[in-house]
Amino acid sequence: MPHSSKRNSPGGSHPARGPLRPGALAIFSCCFLLAALLAAGGCRGSSGSPSHVCVAGSTSVQPFAEKLAEIYMHQHPEMRIDVQGGGSSAGIFAASQGAAELGASSRELVGPEKNLQDIPIAYDGIAVIVHPSNPLTNIRLEDIRRIFEGQLTDWGPLGLKPHPIDIITREEGSGTREAFEQLVMGQKEITPGALVQDSNGSVREIVAGDPHSIGYISAGLVNEQVKALAIDGVLPTRENIKEKKYRLVRRLHLVSKEPPAGPCKAFIDFVLSPQGQHLLEAEGLVGIK
Amino acid sequence: MRTQGKFIERVLFLLALSAVSSLVLITVFIFMEGLPLIVHTGLKDFIFSTHWAPTKGHFGIFAMIVSSILVTLGALLLGVPLGLSCAITLAEFAPARVRRVLKPALELLAGIPSVVYGFLGVVWLVPLIREHLGGPGLSLLAASVILGIMILPTVISISIDALTAVPDIYREGSIALGATRWQTVRRVVLPAASSGIITAVILGMGRAVGETMAVIMVAGNALQLPTSILDPVRTLTSNIALELAYAAGRHREALFATGIVLFVIIMLLNLSATLITRRR
Repeated sequence: MPHSSKRNSPGGSHPARGPLRPGALAIFSCCFLLAALLAAGGCRGSSGSPSHVCVAGSTSVQPFAEKLAEIYMHQHPEMRIDVQGGGSSAGIFAASQGAAELGASSRELVGPEKNLQDIPIAYDGIAVIVHPSNPLTNIRLEDIRRIFEGQLTDWGPLGLKPHPIDIITREEGSGTREAFEQLVMGQKEITPGALVQDSNGSVREIVAGDPHSIGYISAGLVNEQVKALAIDGVLPTRENIKEKKYRLVRRLHLVSKEPPAGPCKAFIDFVLSPQGQHLLEAEGLVGIK
Repeated sequence: MRTQGKFIERVLFLLALSAVSSLVLITVFIFMEGLPLIVHTGLKDFIFSTHWAPTKGHFGIFAMIVSSILVTLGALLLGVPLGLSCAITLAEFAPARVRRVLKPALELLAGIPSVVYGFLGVVWLVPLIREHLGGPGLSLLAASVILGIMILPTVISISIDALTAVPDIYREGSIALGATRWQTVRRVVLPAASSGIITAVILGMGRAVGETMAVIMVAGNALQLPTSILDPVRTLTSNIALELAYAAGRHREALFATGIVLFVIIMLLNLSATLITRRR
């Protein structure tokens, strides 16, 4: 009996009922996507007006640039400063093409890029962090490389209780990762076994929760939840970063095609002024002056 | 009156058309953005290489395809038995009053934003796994458990619909032949509702494959092929969401190409759901 009943099963007559309508969801999300794309294109559309500056590029610089722009626009209501992400390379490219007045970069200029105007605005250290309960206080740069390369997978050889190391890295394309690869990894690639998180904050959150983990974040964002390691005996303190004793330091730059003039120059002057530099220091960076 | 009716008909038709055309546009857009990379890398290398380093020119998503499949299977392993037994209890054994309260309550589960599930996972499930089972906690297992819970409302509510759509005559006939309640459910009602239940499973699977936020938060997103359920994994959806923010050029195309693969998988799932329901 049951076998014959299978043929006219009524169960399937309402396949699309239930709380989910995937089609509608897709359409909605795409509308959002389109809106986001349009918003991202907004910079190009309105730039060129006399009191408007567009800053595009490194996502490591972005939060600081946004803060600076906010304060600056508050003091100069007639000015408009748009800040966008996109990555260092994209920012440098945008500046060289004139698509943005200023490019933001968290890496040094290379090759033909050196023809652009390069304005360093701050130093940013990259701190290698572990759980506060981790007895390790110092680590050799070489060991960091071996850990992230996937050669050194256990805390044992470093003199700790043997336990596999949980490696936390940033996602491909991140400026912090790019700088870390440049400063630590050399030609080696970060192991595919590493956990990937998409922000400084979530790397810190994971390391704070996992006693066996190691990760790296911008030095300005280290707090009491995690412990920054000294590298070859040097802690990532403000002084050590400024005096270049600490090894993992990158410079944050603004880049422009022509020597800055007009509103562009006014904004750069503000960034380099004691007030601007103080703002950057308050946000955890180390001033360039 | 008639012209007004015609007018409204036209307006509705136009609205329907615009909804469909946006879907078509999106499809075309995804393929236009992603196909150049697949052509550039070669379909075989794109799908069967595990080396993903897009800023260095390596675009292999095999590990992510495998991870997506494993996470989804894990979610089904947990969600389907739970969901199905819940649906059978509610549809066949529970008093109608209980069903009237519980079914909408279960459907409410679907309304909880996925980020909340992910957050719960990070705060509660991940440390639990790390402390008791080992590994970093962020893992295939964590993602499967969270997704298993997330697909419950889909599985339960569609299964209940399927079960309640089985005519009572079947049940009465079976009981009249001397079968017990359970024998009736197992031998008569379940087979009769099977295509609906399979649809429920496939739609649940679609939800699991497509889920992004909660998975990013608990899966660990590592690029390797997992060797144990405690290993961190990255799914196709996570890959797109993680890297989209900074991606440019080939990297961006590679993410759209990941989207194409995902698109094809979801299409196949939906298609099989439709075919199974039609084959009555």
